[in-house]
Amino acid sequence: MKEALKRIVRIFVTYSIRTISLLFAVSVISFVLVSASPIDPVQQYLIGLGTAVSPQQRAEIEAYWGVNKPPIERYLGWLSEALHGNLGESALYRRPVATIIGERFWNSLALMFCAWLLSGVIGFGLGCVMGMYQDQWADKILKKCCYILSSVPVFWLGLVLLLVFCVWLKWFPIGFSTPIGVRSEDVTFGQRMHHLILPAFTLSLMSFSNIALHTRQKLIDVLSSEYVLFARARGEGKWTVLCRHGLRNILFPALTLQFASFAELFGGSVMAENVFSYPGLGSAVSAAGLNGDVPLLLGITLFSALFVCVGNMIANLLYGVIDPQVRAFSAQNYRS
Amino acid sequence: MKGQHHSINSRTKVVIWTVVMAVVFTFVYMFGIFASDEAAAGSFLDAKQPPSWEHFFGTDALGRDLFIRTLKGVSVSMTVGIAASLISAVIAVVVGIAAATGSKYADAFVNWLIDLVMSVPHTILIILISFALGRGLKGLLIGIAATHWCSLARLTRGEVLQLRAQQYVAVSRKLGKSGGWILMHHLLPHLVPQFFVGLILMFPHAILHEASISFLGFGLSPEQPAIGIILSESMRYLSTGMWWSAVLPGLVLVLIVLLVDRLGEHLRIIMDPYSAQQ
Repeated sequence: MKEALKRIVRIFVTYSIRTISLLFAVSVISFVLVSASPIDPVQQYLIGLGTAVSPQQRAEIEAYWGVNKPPIERYLGWLSEALHGNLGESALYRRPVATIIGERFWNSLALMFCAWLLSGVIGFGLGCVMGMYQDQWADKILKKCCYILSSVPVFWLGLVLLLVFCVWLKWFPIGFSTPIGVRSEDVTFGQRMHHLILPAFTLSLMSFSNIALHTRQKLIDVLSSEYVLFARARGEGKWTVLCRHGLRNILFPALTLQFASFAELFGGSVMAENVFSYPGLGSAVSAAGLNGDVPLLLGITLFSALFVCVGNMIANLLYGVIDPQVRAFSAQNYRS
Repeated sequence: MKGQHHSINSRTKVVIWTVVMAVVFTFVYMFGIFASDEAAAGSFLDAKQPPSWEHFFGTDALGRDLFIRTLKGVSVSMTVGIAASLISAVIAVVVGIAAATGSKYADAFVNWLIDLVMSVPHTILIILISFALGRGLKGLLIGIAATHWCSLARLTRGEVLQLRAQQYVAVSRKLGKSGGWILMHHLLPHLVPQFFVGLILMFPHAILHEASISFLGFGLSPEQPAIGIILSESMRYLSTGMWWSAVLPGLVLVLIVLLVDRLGEHLRIIMDPYSAQQ
């Protein structure tokens, strides 16, 4: 037990160092990219103000923002502020970026978590069915569906679902996370869920095929092993074999894969949120990019990198801690 | 003997399918390129028409024929997809070879670089790159090319590592051939099939990303008929019941993506020497 704890700490420390170096590089690269942009943030800010600004005032704003300082100085200034939790003020929403991210992240998290859970459960279940009925009609049909779904763009899927369920059947509202015209304190949990279902379903449809195909392959590998043959010879039924031998072997690889897919999840949520006008980080990042809101763009980029790194870290820890093969291997190394 | 006869048959079938798919792909591409702009111009008189024999996909809010617009859009997307995946595949091979043949540090650096590109969601990275280059075709192209090379680079690295352990490479080195000579005569020829299969399998991802980013408004300008732009326009008229402008262009995109995906799989089967004996 003590050994296991030591290993967790070791994986955690090495991975943390790597993550910090990656986040630092992401901040440098995104800052360079944003600085290289021909879109002038001061101009965008002035457009956002909506009032006429004299050249003098403009020069004052430029001096206040430090636009004319060398990029390295600007970067260091931004970085030290960012490390203190101040990501600047959004030119689009006129509020601190950290606050916007904090608010919108909960919306996005609800969406992504539902989609993540749904795609995990559906994908794993379908993967088990496909593996159990390998090369029979159920497997063939489901496999085709998975291949087709993985070639369908999320936003188009969202559009079609929007058309069918919101415009034709009128089961769900057309957008946003809360009903229009209701104060945010008065919104009930049920109303929130009602707005969440369709975007979450769209997002989960995008990612479940990956996990389903992976689970299918793993299950087929397990079922063709000799210990399963022995178990079958001993008289265990097909489903007993699945419960006793299959699930143990395929559950954790699937879970690891699911944690490692945070990048795709976040990318998909950008598309889904835009289609459903859902007020999360994804719709904020595209609005920031379109309106030249540099602080918000930088903040969300860094935040998304952090989010993905956390997912990868969990995947790595799971892989190293739970998988008995890896555990046995590193225990051997540890002794020698 | 009987089994052999059967195997030739199935292989021929794969070849025929591949040729058919390639022809369809080229035809759609050429049609989009050469279709005249007047055909897509349309008039306000027949705006918002549902699909009919005259307009297969109906017309949009400005009266433009959606079938021709969709095909033109698909071919624009294809051009972006082909160019981006070509650049990306070249980057992948160069980086993969550098990682496998260079020093330990080069290898570690490449791994770190791949982790870096993977650590930012691709949609956001492409938005950033597109923003840096002032939105438009160039930003889109570079953004997609810069994000899609990772998995092929890893594959290439593994393949080169495996090749370098082969005896004929060791013999070659003992005979005093230079690293460059070995690279040109032993390594690169083995990487050619993988390069093409990787390229074709990269294409669907590239074209889907192109459509997504154009849909968000970062890619091509609104005058250009790209699939993403047609779909984002259609969103405005969705609640008025113009289902055809949302469903049909997307369907064409999905079909093209599926077609290329199958093409890549088939090419892999053809190029895989083991399948010849099956």
